[in-house]
Amino acid sequence: MDQIQMTLLEQIAGLHEVPAGAYNIRANGESVSRGTTANIDIVTKEDKQGIDIVIKPGTKKESVHIPVVLSQSGLKEMVYNDFFVGDDCDVTIIAGCGIHNGGDEASKHDGIHSFFIGKNSHVRYVEKHYGSGDGKGERIMNPETVVELGENSFMEMETVQIRGVDSTKRNTSATLAAGAKLIITERLMTHGTQTAESYFKVDMNGEGSSTNLISRSVAKEDSTQLFVSEINGNNRCAGHSECDAIIMDRAKIAAVPKITANHLDAALIHEAAIGKIAGEQITKLMTLGLTEAEAEEQIVNGFLR
Amino acid sequence: MLELKNLSFQVPDANSSKKEIIKNINLKLKDHTFTVITGPNGGGKSTLAKLIMGMEMPTDGQILWNGQDITALNVTERAKLGISFAFQQPVRFKGIKVKDLITLAAGEKLSTSSACEFLSKVGLCARDYINRDVDGSLSGGELKRIEIATIIARNTPLSVFDEPEAGIDLWSFNNLIKVFEEMHEKRENSLIIISHQERILNIADEVVVIADGSVKAQGAREDILPELLNGTSSCKFYQ
Repeated sequence: MDQIQMTLLEQIAGLHEVPAGAYNIRANGESVSRGTTANIDIVTKEDKQGIDIVIKPGTKKESVHIPVVLSQSGLKEMVYNDFFVGDDCDVTIIAGCGIHNGGDEASKHDGIHSFFIGKNSHVRYVEKHYGSGDGKGERIMNPETVVELGENSFMEMETVQIRGVDSTKRNTSATLAAGAKLIITERLMTHGTQTAESYFKVDMNGEGSSTNLISRSVAKEDSTQLFVSEINGNNRCAGHSECDAIIMDRAKIAAVPKITANHLDAALIHEAAIGKIAGEQITKLMTLGLTEAEAEEQIVNGFLR
Repeated sequence: MLELKNLSFQVPDANSSKKEIIKNINLKLKDHTFTVITGPNGGGKSTLAKLIMGMEMPTDGQILWNGQDITALNVTERAKLGISFAFQQPVRFKGIKVKDLITLAAGEKLSTSSACEFLSKVGLCARDYINRDVDGSLSGGELKRIEIATIIARNTPLSVFDEPEAGIDLWSFNNLIKVFEEMHEKRENSLIIISHQERILNIADEVVVIADGSVKAQGAREDILPELLNGTSSCKFYQ
């Protein structure tokens, strides 16, 4: 791997060297490095691009890293990664994509991550997206995440996209069995003329299932964002979604919440707030000696933390 | 020394004429002095505090700080010259932690234990607060104490407190008085406190009475306070 790819890898996965545990590093459309453990196997798909990650039942305190980096301008790929997580597991999965585009052609990574999670398992899934390079070519990422969460399983999903991705369309859908719990935290910042769309659909089918969708975003300059969330309560369940956005400059943000109760004991809440940075917040930080620009940066960084 | 010269502040009112909030105020506030500015509600005290910090700009007059004309300087520039301001209603932030705010106030990297020291000074059990967000999950009294901790962390030659007693419970208030007493005992810095509270007035060196945008009385506490607290004659200032 070259220096640009190493930098991307550090940005999206915090990796300086080969990670501990299972991993698969994909660079410019090819798998360049892979490691498996006694409990976690990674197998290349034969019918299409992508891998199967198979985690044995009872696997505890293990991690999987599957970062993707693209540094070749004009490369477009569509990748399918399927995760099969057995019963009674406790694992962390770090995915992410970094694109460096120094050329004039658009680079694009579309990935579909499907999770089939057994019973009583805990999965933490972290996904970071990052773009760099000063070429005219766009950096495009369209991640799709599909989750089937088994009985009494718990998934925490954290997605972060802070810099450099010109266009993104993110689709996340999940079905929850009895007692299953899903927490999704999304952090998003757009600038320039970037566009970001984020769609969530959660079906709470099982009794006692619950979900919490939290989106925090900042739209700067001429960028646009759309946040659409759909929560369906099909049993006794609890659902909450929250979209909190800071708008700056000439940006545009839309939040479209939809909550549907198909059961008497489905308790569903949606909160959405869009607004500019409160003037008094900037003034308070200025009284501590920060300039207006420093104050703004501090507020945005804290908000997206 | 802080000097206000012929300071005026007007705002446009409904009838497109101008309303005078501060009327030609002249004040000299000596170094290492604890001054309480008091007076009836709506008299212009908070506006005066904001003018000193640069959060409002005067329509006329001058503000001098140690002889330097700071009238045209913005909030950041005045903060850097050593003026601090404690808000009457502390500001809430989503995602900024108590430790972040105290670190920004101190202007240097702080270890958790030194950040905790500032919180302990305002009577907060530091460990419970240091990693909390400065947001709506904190009560009014807690926010107020954190606000004051930021002023202690800054340790500037001049600190302006806008009604520190507003919105806090009695227990917090007792603690607040102690904090002011300690700050005052050191006599390192000057304090200007906008307040109605007799207990705060009792520990002042100087008292300034502001009503209807003007200075109605100014002098040593011993001279001003008896008249102020005497039921009938206090009306003298409040009329």
